Amino acid sequence: MSTAVAQKRGLGAAIWDYLTTVDHKKIAHLYLYAGGLFFLIGGLEAMIIRIQLMKPDNNFISAGLYNEMITMHGTTMIFLAAMPLIFALMNAVVPLQIGARDVAFPFLNSLGFWLFLFGGLMLNVSWFTGGAPDAGWTNYAPLSTTSPGHGVDYYVMGLQISGAGTLIGGINFLVTIVNMRAPGMTYMRMPLFTWSVFVTSTLILFAFPALTVGLFLMMFDRMFGSAFFDVGLGGNAIIWEHLFWIFGHPEVYILILPLFGAFSDIFSTFSKKRLFGYSAMVFATVLIGFLGFMVWAHHMFTVGMGPIANSIFAVATMAIAVPTGIKIFNWLFTMWGGQIKMTAAMLWSVAFIPSFTIGGMTGVMLAAAAADYQYHDTYFVVGHFHYVIVGGVVFGIFAALHYWWPKMFGIKLNEKLGKLAFWPFFVGFHLTFFIQHFLGLMGMPRRYWVFLEGQGLETGNMISTVGAFFMAIGTLIFVYNVIYSAKKEKKADGDAWGTGRTLEWAIPSPPPHYNFVQTPLVRGLDPLWVEKMDGKEGMTPAEPLGDIHMPNASFLPFMMSLGTFIAGFGFIYQVDNKAWLIAVFAGMGILLGSMLVRSVKDDLGHHIHKEEIEEDIKKGVAK
Amino acid sequence: MRGWMGKFRSLLLFSALTLFLAGCGQENLSALKPEGYGAELLLDLMLISIAIMVFVFVIVMAIYFFVLVRYREKKGQEDFVPKQTEGNHTLEVIWTVIPIILLLVLAVPTVQATFDLADQSSQDEEGVLTVEVTGNQYWWHFNYEGQEIATSQELYIPVGERVYLDMKASDVIHSFWVPAIAGKMDTNPGENINTMYLEAYEEGVYWGHCAELCGPSHSLMDFRVVAVSPDKFEQWKEDMQNVDPEAEPETASAKEGQELFNNNCMSCHAIGGASAGVGPNLTNFGNRNKIAGILEPSKENLVDWIVHPDEIKPGNKMPANIVNKEEASKIADYLMGLKHTDVGTELDSVNKPKNDQ
Repeated sequence: MSTAVAQKRGLGAAIWDYLTTVDHKKIAHLYLYAGGLFFLIGGLEAMIIRIQLMKPDNNFISAGLYNEMITMHGTTMIFLAAMPLIFALMNAVVPLQIGARDVAFPFLNSLGFWLFLFGGLMLNVSWFTGGAPDAGWTNYAPLSTTSPGHGVDYYVMGLQISGAGTLIGGINFLVTIVNMRAPGMTYMRMPLFTWSVFVTSTLILFAFPALTVGLFLMMFDRMFGSAFFDVGLGGNAIIWEHLFWIFGHPEVYILILPLFGAFSDIFSTFSKKRLFGYSAMVFATVLIGFLGFMVWAHHMFTVGMGPIANSIFAVATMAIAVPTGIKIFNWLFTMWGGQIKMTAAMLWSVAFIPSFTIGGMTGVMLAAAAADYQYHDTYFVVGHFHYVIVGGVVFGIFAALHYWWPKMFGIKLNEKLGKLAFWPFFVGFHLTFFIQHFLGLMGMPRRYWVFLEGQGLETGNMISTVGAFFMAIGTLIFVYNVIYSAKKEKKADGDAWGTGRTLEWAIPSPPPHYNFVQTPLVRGLDPLWVEKMDGKEGMTPAEPLGDIHMPNASFLPFMMSLGTFIAGFGFIYQVDNKAWLIAVFAGMGILLGSMLVRSVKDDLGHHIHKEEIEEDIKKGVAK
Repeated sequence: MRGWMGKFRSLLLFSALTLFLAGCGQENLSALKPEGYGAELLLDLMLISIAIMVFVFVIVMAIYFFVLVRYREKKGQEDFVPKQTEGNHTLEVIWTVIPIILLLVLAVPTVQATFDLADQSSQDEEGVLTVEVTGNQYWWHFNYEGQEIATSQELYIPVGERVYLDMKASDVIHSFWVPAIAGKMDTNPGENINTMYLEAYEEGVYWGHCAELCGPSHSLMDFRVVAVSPDKFEQWKEDMQNVDPEAEPETASAKEGQELFNNNCMSCHAIGGASAGVGPNLTNFGNRNKIAGILEPSKENLVDWIVHPDEIKPGNKMPANIVNKEEASKIADYLMGLKHTDVGTELDSVNKPKNDQ
C-alpha cells in the first residue's frame, strides 16, 4: 500500500498502516519519529541541567530531581535517541544499498521497533509515578540497588524491554547483510555504511547480552530478594560495573560506527571521488569493532583493579587510536583532489572531523591509566564523551538525515535552513563542551548538583550554559526545517544529489515499497557510479521482470510488545502488592498468545503482479 | 623528588603549556596546580599526552584546511570528474606507523606512572603512617591506624612524607579525590579495600571531593586535607591522643550544651579517639574549616544544620528536629568550643572569605 493510497483512506487507516507495517522504509520513519521525540526530551533535560549549573549554589531544581535529570538525560540520549535514530538510518538505507526488497525478517523488524518504543515509554512513565531512576545512567550498585522508590525498577524493566528490541534488530541486520545482497554485491563491494552496520550488528549481538544479564541480576536483587550485588550478603558490587561496561564500551562503537559509515558515503558523494583506501577503511572498522570488546575496564581505572590490569587496559585502549586515525586520514584524502560540494550534509560531515579528532585525542589522554586518576568522573570526562557522542554521533545523524532525507521522504531538506541550523549548533557545541575539560581539571566532579562559590568554576560553567542555549537554537531550526521542507520543497529525483554512487540512488525517491522492480546486477564498488561512467542510465537488471513476493503486514508485533509492557508494570509493583502479579500474567498471556497465533497461522506473504509493477513504472514511482 | 618526566618541563612547548594551564583554577583545588607527588606526576603525564595530541591535531588540521580551500568546487567546473584514486600504500603505512610510535611514547610513561602510584613497598616500614578512610553518605571518616586517633571530614597529614590510605565505604561507592595532591581512588563497600598514598609538598588546607555519584548530596560531600610540617604533626598527634571527651566547657551555655549533646547526639557521634560510629567524629570541631563539609563555620550555620540537616544535605542520615532551636544553640556553643589543638589553625583555608576581598 503506497503512502498516497493511505492518505486517501484517511488518518485512521494511515495510523493502522504504521501500527502493522513490516516495510523497512516505514519502520525507518517510526524509528525516526520516536527517536526524534526522545532526542528533544533528552535535550530538554540537558537544558535543565545546564540552567541548574549556570551559577554557584543554584537552587533551580532539588538535589534528588537533579540526579533523576542526569540519569534520564544519559539513558534517554543513548538508548532512546541515538540508538533508534541509527536504526532509522539502518532501516532506511541498508536494504537499498545491498539491492534487497526488505530485511531478512520483516516481522522481527517491526517487533524490534515496538519493543524499543514500549521500553522507552516505560522508562519515561516513571516521571509521573513517583520519580525517575536516579542512580546515573551507569546505575552502579549498591546506589541503584538501595535507591528508594521505583525509579531504578523502571530503568531495569524499560532497558530490558528496549534492549530486547535492539538485540532483535541487530540480529536481523546481520542476517540481512549476509543473505540478502544482490548478485555481484560481494563483501568488498559493499558501501561503507553497510559495512559499518554489519560490524555494528555484530557488536550488538555480543554486547547486549551482557547488559541483559546485568539487568536480570539487578531485577532479581531489587524485586525478588536476591543479593548478587549486596556485599553484606556475600555479593559483589563491582560485578555490576564489569557487566555494564562489557556492554557499555562496545555500545559507544555501536553508536559511532554506523555514522563513520555514513560519513564515508557522504565524503565520497560530495567530493565526486571513490572512497580513499576502501579496504583499509573496512579493515579499520572491523578492527575498531574487535578492539572495542577488549577495553571495557578503562572505565574502571579508579576501582582498584591494580597496576597490571590498569596498564593492560590502558595500552589496549590507546591501540584503538590507530584504526581511528587511519579513518580520519582516509576521509581527508577522499576529499583531496576531489570536487567538494558544500551541502548541509557535507557541512555537518566536515565539522565532524576536527570535533571528533579532539574527542578522540582526549580519549587517548583518558586511556593513560594513571592520568585518569585525575580525569575520572570529572567534567573532563563529560567534555570528552560529548565530543565523541555529539561531535561524532549527533553530527553524523544530522549529516546522514540531510543526505538520505530525499530517499526517505521524497523531498530534500531545505539547504539554506540546514546550514542555518548548523552554525548555532556547531558554535554552541564547542562553547558548551570545550571548557568542560578545564572545569574537570580545575576540580569539578561530574554529576554535581551544585558547585560552590569561590572555587574558580563560575565563568566556565556560565560559558557552558550559554553554549547549550545555542545548541538548543540550532536544534529548533532543524525541527522547523523539517516542517518547512515538508510543505515547500519539490519532489526529489531518484539520484537526488546528482553524484550518487551507491544502489539507493538508482531507484526513485521515495522508492516503491518493493524497492527494486528487478534486482540489480552489481559490477563493482559504487555500482551506480560504475554504470554512470559506462554511460548507462541505471542499473543492469539481474532478473527478468516478474511477480514480486512481499511479506504481509501484521499487528502481532505491537501486541507482543504491549504484552511485555504490561507485564513490566506487574513486575515493578508486585513488590508492593502481590495483586500486581495479575498484570504479569495478563501481559505474559498477551505476549505468548500472540506468539501462538503467529506460530499456528500460516502467513505466506503476498505477490505484487507484473501488471501492477508495469503500471507503477508508467507512473514513474518505480524504476 | 621529581621523576625523569620532570625534565620535559624545560622544553619550550612544555613550559608554554604549563604556563597556560597554570592559569586555570583555584589554588589547593585544581589538578593543574599540583602541590603533591601524585598530582605533579600526573600533570607531567598529562602534559606529555597533550603535547603529542597537539602535534597530531596540528598536522590533521593543516591537511584539513588545505583540502577544504584547495578542492572546493569552483564555478564552471560542475561537470568535471576527478580522478578516482583507490588509495596509496605508502601514505597508509605512514599514517599507521607514526601513530603507533607516538602511542608507544605515551604508553611507556603511562605504565611507569601507573606502577609508581600503586607502589606500596614502604607501607609496612616503621614510622610510616596509614590512615583508614571510610566513605559514608555524605561524610568521610579517618582512623589513624595504631594511633588511637580518629577524625572526620579533616585529614591531617605531615608534609613531605608518604601517608598511606586504606580505603573502603560503609554504604555505597564513593571516590576520594584531592586534586591538588593526588589522583582519586574509589572506596568500595565490603572488605574490598583500596590503598593509595598522599604526599604533600607544602603546608596548606587542600580541598577534597567525592567523585562517585553516591546519592542526592553527592556534590556536598566535601572534605579537607590539612598538611602540616612533621614537627607540627607530632604535636597534633599528641594533642589528639590527649583529648578528654568529658572535659568541662567554660561557659554555662556550653555546659548545658554538653549535657544536651551527651543525651541526644552521642549515640551516633563521638569525641576523641573512638572508632567510627554512625555519624562523624567531632573531635576538634571548633577548628574545622567547614561545618558538614560545606558551610561557613558560624554559629548560625551550625544551629541551622543541627535542627534541619535534611534541608542542607538532602538524603543524609542525621534526623531533623532532634532538638529545638534553643537547645541547638547551646549544643552549638559546646561544639564551637571544641578546640583540641592549635595545629593547622594558622593556615589559610581555601574558600574562607578573606578580609582583603
